[in-house]
Amino acid sequence: MLRVGLLSGLVLVTAPAHAFVAYVSNEKSNTVSVIDTDSWTVTKTIKVGQRPRGIEFTRDGKFVMVAVGDDDTIQVIDAKTQAIVDTLPSGPDPELFTQDAAGKTLYVANENDNTVTVIDLEKRARLGDIQVGVEPEGMTISPDGKILINTSETTNMAHFIDTASRQIVANVLVDARPRFAEFKHDASELWVSSEIGGTVSIVDPGKHEVIGKVNFEIPGLRKEAVQPVGIGMTKDDKTAFVALGPANRVAVVDVATRKVTKYLLVGQRVWHMAFTPDEKYLLTTNGVSNDVSVIDVAAQKVIKTIQVGELPWGITIAP
Amino acid sequence: MIRWLLGPIGLCLAAAQALATDPVTIGVGYLGVAGTRSTLSLVEQPADNDGVAGAKLAIEDNNTTGKFLNQRFTLEERRIKEGEDVVQAATALAEHNGFIVTDLPADALLKVADALRDRGTLLFNAGAIDERLREADCRANVIHSAPTRSMLADALGQYLVWKRWPRWLLVVGSHDEDKLYADALRRAATRFGAKIVQERTFEDTGGARRTDSGVTLIQRQMPVFTQQAPAYDVLVAADESEVFAAYLPYRTWDPRPVAGSAGLVPRSWDAAQDQWGATQMQNRFMKLNSRRMTALDMQAWTAVRMIGEATSRTNSGDVKKVSDFIKGPDFSVAAFKGTKLTLRDWNLQLRQPILLVDGRMVVSVSPQEGFLHQVSELDTLGYDRPESKCKLK
Repeated sequence: MLRVGLLSGLVLVTAPAHAFVAYVSNEKSNTVSVIDTDSWTVTKTIKVGQRPRGIEFTRDGKFVMVAVGDDDTIQVIDAKTQAIVDTLPSGPDPELFTQDAAGKTLYVANENDNTVTVIDLEKRARLGDIQVGVEPEGMTISPDGKILINTSETTNMAHFIDTASRQIVANVLVDARPRFAEFKHDASELWVSSEIGGTVSIVDPGKHEVIGKVNFEIPGLRKEAVQPVGIGMTKDDKTAFVALGPANRVAVVDVATRKVTKYLLVGQRVWHMAFTPDEKYLLTTNGVSNDVSVIDVAAQKVIKTIQVGELPWGITIAP
Repeated sequence: MIRWLLGPIGLCLAAAQALATDPVTIGVGYLGVAGTRSTLSLVEQPADNDGVAGAKLAIEDNNTTGKFLNQRFTLEERRIKEGEDVVQAATALAEHNGFIVTDLPADALLKVADALRDRGTLLFNAGAIDERLREADCRANVIHSAPTRSMLADALGQYLVWKRWPRWLLVVGSHDEDKLYADALRRAATRFGAKIVQERTFEDTGGARRTDSGVTLIQRQMPVFTQQAPAYDVLVAADESEVFAAYLPYRTWDPRPVAGSAGLVPRSWDAAQDQWGATQMQNRFMKLNSRRMTALDMQAWTAVRMIGEATSRTNSGDVKKVSDFIKGPDFSVAAFKGTKLTLRDWNLQLRQPILLVDGRMVVSVSPQEGFLHQVSELDTLGYDRPESKCKLK
């Protein structure tokens, strides 16, 4: 028994680093770039519909869903064949979406008609709509699956939606143009980025109140250039990474003190990000420089830049 | 145990009651002049609801937000016909509306502002670009969502200098507004290091803007009018009166681009603007009004959104509270221009990026890269605090 343990330990040490596959949506070129995280190269470019933005793997890792806003649908890519195999019935102009833990229900923000669409992923059928504020965008679901969060960009709120009743149970006003929402893994806080407000609001999900804010000050950079969008939080809830848009930086935030400890220079107009499942690397999409930056999470350093298509926007990595 | 249970129940009841009560109604008036003016291009002819259509959309947007805050916004429109008393109309509007968005000439706006001062009504100037309303004639109860002539001229000037077209041939119309725009363009040239190599005046001799055989004549007139100019990079036209500028592109004696009142035009908004999430806004506008959105529509939309932003942040419909918040240091509004818009506290002018458009596309957005400012780069556009003659009262 002991020997077996030792043996497998040895195997792990000698085996090459486990490679993952990242999918990047390129908003302008209407493609999805597939990146191999072992060689850090683009292995395939898949043609998709118009204006691909929100992108996410299904929970089982078999499919990649990509919202193609100008075609008013979500396309489904088979991860094995890397070909489009289906579409999902979203509302008009889908942008970001989230799914429940079981991977059965998909919630889609439709920017054009102030609704969130609920889709049954198995039947690939539309179950209903929820009316929210003006220009719904950010979507996330609480770790227990009971509360769905949607942010509306012109209403400037995070809407708390009961997933069972599909009713709004609370609305929390945050700073201007909220774009992205992320729960801490222990569900104790909800982080919401405000692109125009230039802050991340920290919301108490029980009290539905803003209990703190993360501010960003970068010496030598005008305040208006700080436009927070994507947020990534490590599994231990200790460190958060916030993409700052045209500030061309990702802020490293100490979650406990809510203070920025470091700014990492990435490509131009950084939008969204995704961790590799082992959390060794964090990949960011840089809209204007048409590339993806690879951050070594432990070292908090940018180690690589990978050219992708035009205006890369969203990113997802196989579970 | 019982007390522990009672707490949350009490809270729920309170929340339910709050929703059951009547919503707070926030009345917004819209005061404009009846009729539209003629433009040289039929395509640019303003619709009858130019301006108020933007206010209408913002009321809808505010109401979508308002349903979560138990606030309801209403819009009351009033158009002044020639000979009608503007103060009377404004006073009637102020009966039911704590906020009034105006699209009025400068003198009329000042009359209204002074008449409503003691009432506490807050006015939003969405239409007049006159410098004097933000300078010597500024008023503490008038907020300006419309840009000024100097902001527009500076936005254009920065781009022309960035493009390395520093030699301008300035052609000025013969009406007062044309001359004011020319003043702003001259100031921009001085500020950003361009040179006006020569000025010409285009006299308005009257006549119809549209004629059946007009094009033949214009094709002969415009080259002749622009010949024998000193070497220049770009013709800059100041023609707010819509008399000649639109005739200049492709007809100048020397092959030169045209900017100012035709060609490359500085505007607060354009139907072609699709950056920074503007597409959703353009779509909403189209759905509601069955036409494209103009700069005036945007200026009115922004004014009404400023009201909505302040009522949601203060959770109040009280005019005084809302006014104080808008004029205070924490106010900002998002308006699809890539940056937050804030108020210049010395004259209540809304800071904003200015688009440079050619009628089909947004060519650029000013302030241009490299034009720096110690407070906000948006303050490189227009008169800045140290130059201001405004004393708010």
